[in-house]
Amino acid sequence: MAYEYLDHEADVGIRASGGTLEEAIAEGARAMFGVMTDLNRVGRSEEVPIHCQAGEPAALFVECLNEILFQRDVRHLLFADFQVTRLIHTDAGYELEGIAYGETLDATKHDLWTEVKAATYSGLIYEIKDGRHTLQCVLDV
Amino acid sequence: MGKIIQVTDDLRIVQTEPYVWEIPPYGEMRVPGRIYGDRTTVDHLVEDVQAGKSWNALVQIVNVACLPGIQRASLAMADVHPGYGFPIGGVGAFDFDEGVISMAGVGYDINCGVRTMRTNLSRHEIEPKKEDLANALYRTVPAGLGSTGDIKLSVKEVDKVLEKGAEFAVERGYGFPEDLEYVEERGRIAGADPDAVSKKAKEREFNQVGTLGSGNHYLEVQWVEEIYAPDVADAYGLFPDQILISIHCGSRGLGHQIGTDYLQVLEAASRKYNIPIRERELVCAPITSPEGRRYLAAVNCGINCAFANRQAIAHLARLAFQDALGVRPQDIATLYEIGHNTAKVEEHEVDGQIKKLVVHRKGATRAFGPGRQEVPAAYRDVGQPVLVGGTMGTCSFILHGTKRAMETTFGSALHGAGRTLSRQQAKKRFWGGDVITELAQRGIVVRAHSKAGVAEEAPGAYKDVEEVVDIMHNAGIIRKVARLRPLICIKG
Repeated sequence: MAYEYLDHEADVGIRASGGTLEEAIAEGARAMFGVMTDLNRVGRSEEVPIHCQAGEPAALFVECLNEILFQRDVRHLLFADFQVTRLIHTDAGYELEGIAYGETLDATKHDLWTEVKAATYSGLIYEIKDGRHTLQCVLDV
Repeated sequence: MGKIIQVTDDLRIVQTEPYVWEIPPYGEMRVPGRIYGDRTTVDHLVEDVQAGKSWNALVQIVNVACLPGIQRASLAMADVHPGYGFPIGGVGAFDFDEGVISMAGVGYDINCGVRTMRTNLSRHEIEPKKEDLANALYRTVPAGLGSTGDIKLSVKEVDKVLEKGAEFAVERGYGFPEDLEYVEERGRIAGADPDAVSKKAKEREFNQVGTLGSGNHYLEVQWVEEIYAPDVADAYGLFPDQILISIHCGSRGLGHQIGTDYLQVLEAASRKYNIPIRERELVCAPITSPEGRRYLAAVNCGINCAFANRQAIAHLARLAFQDALGVRPQDIATLYEIGHNTAKVEEHEVDGQIKKLVVHRKGATRAFGPGRQEVPAAYRDVGQPVLVGGTMGTCSFILHGTKRAMETTFGSALHGAGRTLSRQQAKKRFWGGDVITELAQRGIVVRAHSKAGVAEEAPGAYKDVEEVVDIMHNAGIIRKVARLRPLICIKG
């Protein structure tokens, strides 16, 4: 697992890393899914396209997580995995396309834990060290 | 003069009263910081700064004191802990014409709050049927991650929820018009403009009205264990051993999306109006700017959404009581309902002048003292009820607002216990099943949609609510009216 949970008094801090920014974002998304449910029990039959943009990589990460939460609520899904399919740097900033994998939420099948309300800018960090990309933020639960 | 704690070269904390500590202004602070707490409260805040934590409440109190138009002081109640931009337990009041409105002062769960209802039942009448009642409540009140309510709405109807708040729920048959009298703003705050709320936020609301959510949200059946102020308890309709119902929840996905949407709007506004961003979440706009007005209109929508939500749940709880005990819904009356994540336009006296302000309460309740028109006539002589939720299995309090609160905290007080262990620490230390068994041994029935959630919310993960309440009581901001013990706890 390339993510960890950080001690935060009221909420949950997540830190995720990968060889690329794309991988770090995907790990961060998995970390967020792992707050809400046991990922081993969530199937991957549904694929939901995710599209977002932001001025810089850290904000893109938060945007991406919030877009996934929106899709969770309106499609009534639980997600288990996320892949970034395209990440481009434009004059306006960064643009991301990806796919979230999951299935319809089923209280009889899934172990439902704590709902993440939002990804926040609190404790937000993006750093590259020795070729590793690391992202950190706090999830409001 | 009390104790002085030198935290950094600039940051000093001076004890000014037994339970009041001030941070004298330095750097860009426009007003002092003021913390309601004992030595332990303050030491805890100082340790976080000295440990160099990425999130700490003391720096957040200082940052809020730097914002344009702030009045009197940047305040922190005794349940203070790190938040986003504002501390939790933070209160910031801003001049309407010269000040700012900040997303950080409201948060993601807009108008999260507590509704308490009173029954005519005594504890001994419930005891034998406790399990049945718990099952009925668990069945009737949708809770937990991804739960949906029975109220399905069209886009147009979502707009009605945002405009009309609890009135909408009453019109749909959830509860009685009499309930509205005992909800802040009569369950419908003015100035809510659905056009200020994104389509995405509304889409998240379609099936979430009348759902409890998860995390620290709960529905409890409680009994009045101790009465401290008999005259006030009388005004509030309380008697010893009386059974009460308390509901803690907020504005669900709609409020969360408004927060997410406006974080970006207000970040741009902070740059546009040259307001330094001291913490990434501490973004704001001048109240009278187009961005500020729009955000306030959206917050009002979120406030109404939470009113509607709690009104619906309150009625579902009545139906469960009817189902399990044969109690008629009209025999369960609303005692009061308050929010603790809000920004509201209010008038307060500052330096001898009545001023129009926007008061942010982030994890803090309104606590108006005697005489305010906003308080229901039946309670106006004693001040508004302040409902403070404890944690699962500990106790909750009913307090009342005071004249001193009006003079010093813009009529505001604490909202809960405040955590001492993170959710991760709590999950490592406690197992949900054990917590439920232990509470059962103490006569408390827990019905939870998530065992892990129970571990995260274990009583041991929180500060002692009684200590926190006593600090505010001794500081004279609120006075204790009654202490409540839970009998049944329904968790998301």
